[in-house]
Amino acid sequence: MQISIASGKGGTGKTTIATNLAYFLKKQNKTVTLLDCDVEEPNCHLFLHPTWTSTEKSTSKIPLVNMSKCIKCGRCGDICHFGAIANIKDTVLVFPELCHGCGGCSIVCPTGAITESEKEIGDVQTGTADGLEIVQGLLKVGEPMSPPLIRSVKKYANTDDEFVIVDCPPGTSCPVIESLKNSDFILLITEPTPFGLNDLKLAVDVVNELKIPFAVGINRSTIGDSTVWDYCKEQNIPIILEIPHDRHIARAYSEGILLLKALPQYEEKFADILEHIKEVLPS
Amino acid sequence: MKIAISATGNDLCSTLDARFGRTSQFIIYDLDNDSYISVDNEQNLTSAQGAGIQSAQTIIKAEAEAVITGNVGPNAFRTLTAGNVDIYLGTGLTVQEAIDKFKNGTLQKASGNNVEGHWM
Ligand code: SF4
Ligand code: SF4
Repeated sequence: MQISIASGKGGTGKTTIATNLAYFLKKQNKTVTLLDCDVEEPNCHLFLHPTWTSTEKSTSKIPLVNMSKCIKCGRCGDICHFGAIANIKDTVLVFPELCHGCGGCSIVCPTGAITESEKEIGDVQTGTADGLEIVQGLLKVGEPMSPPLIRSVKKYANTDDEFVIVDCPPGTSCPVIESLKNSDFILLITEPTPFGLNDLKLAVDVVNELKIPFAVGINRSTIGDSTVWDYCKEQNIPIILEIPHDRHIARAYSEGILLLKALPQYEEKFADILEHIKEVLPS
Repeated sequence: MKIAISATGNDLCSTLDARFGRTSQFIIYDLDNDSYISVDNEQNLTSAQGAGIQSAQTIIKAEAEAVITGNVGPNAFRTLTAGNVDIYLGTGLTVQEAIDKFKNGTLQKASGNNVEGHWM
């Protein structure tokens, strides 16, 4: 089962929830892989301190056009959703930083003028921490396109595992959608502030689009105002986790200590998440 | 010969829009008979990436051989160059003034992209 932890913006405690949920499940003797898909800034490792066992280069395909075979039919430019290949007068231009590596253009090319070359986009690292498998992507500096690397990270998920926990990148754009794909359940983390609510609404729009069951978790639930609760009530969105503002949590965080190791009394909160998911997902 | 001008409106009194990829209109001006049409570029205002490339394709389709605008990013530059469109830079002009300056050869021709691209 894939459970993804997402948030409309950064800094809401998404990583705290993802790492602790994975740790909690492992403690319940489940087999768990944690995927850190926040490839621009993977930080689950800061709290889990894994021993890395392997690092592999990840590549993405970009089209290479052999103009001597091209009949200027324009099909490659028509099929590309990302405007990454364009038919201009008597030539075909490729814009590597817009290319998502889907391979569509080479499939539609009637003359085989398009082949694929590889470009390096980053590393996928795998390791273990307290018996937990952890996989993280590390996007190459200056590489603007993260979805292909996120796809590579997700390929490392062990399909036999009872749980795959995905820490998504912040926001609501392509990289987030790539991370959320194949989720059985999504937990959206927010804070009870006007900004938090605004970003939550954007995230809810995306998740509704994907038609995946989801719920909301509120971090630092004792600050701010009640608008997030009001909104969730109105939209019939279950709130399955509330973590109060607690300076002990903040201290553990700043020292890189996992919340449940520093403050085991919070375990109950994570048990509740699991209970809820069991209820909504028929299995 | 036709030239394209990125513009904030659809006539010659409107001002030149410094943004190439995200301009709302292009005026396509025909120097041979001093007539013009305007081409809508609105759909590009909302596209996330590659706006410059699409603007370039729009004016190449309109058979312009030169463009007058404020800023051209690297992808738009590549596209315009492939389409044999010369790039001229201007700011703070009306479309009419830009055309006049083009005619008397006092506009600066761009030899490379003058703004870096930006990615999400
Ligand atoms: S591989 Fe896909 S994204 Fe890249 S240029 Fe071809 S069609 Fe576009
Ligand atoms: S699909 Fe192939 S033949 Fe057609 S324009 Fe593209 S590269 Fe050329």
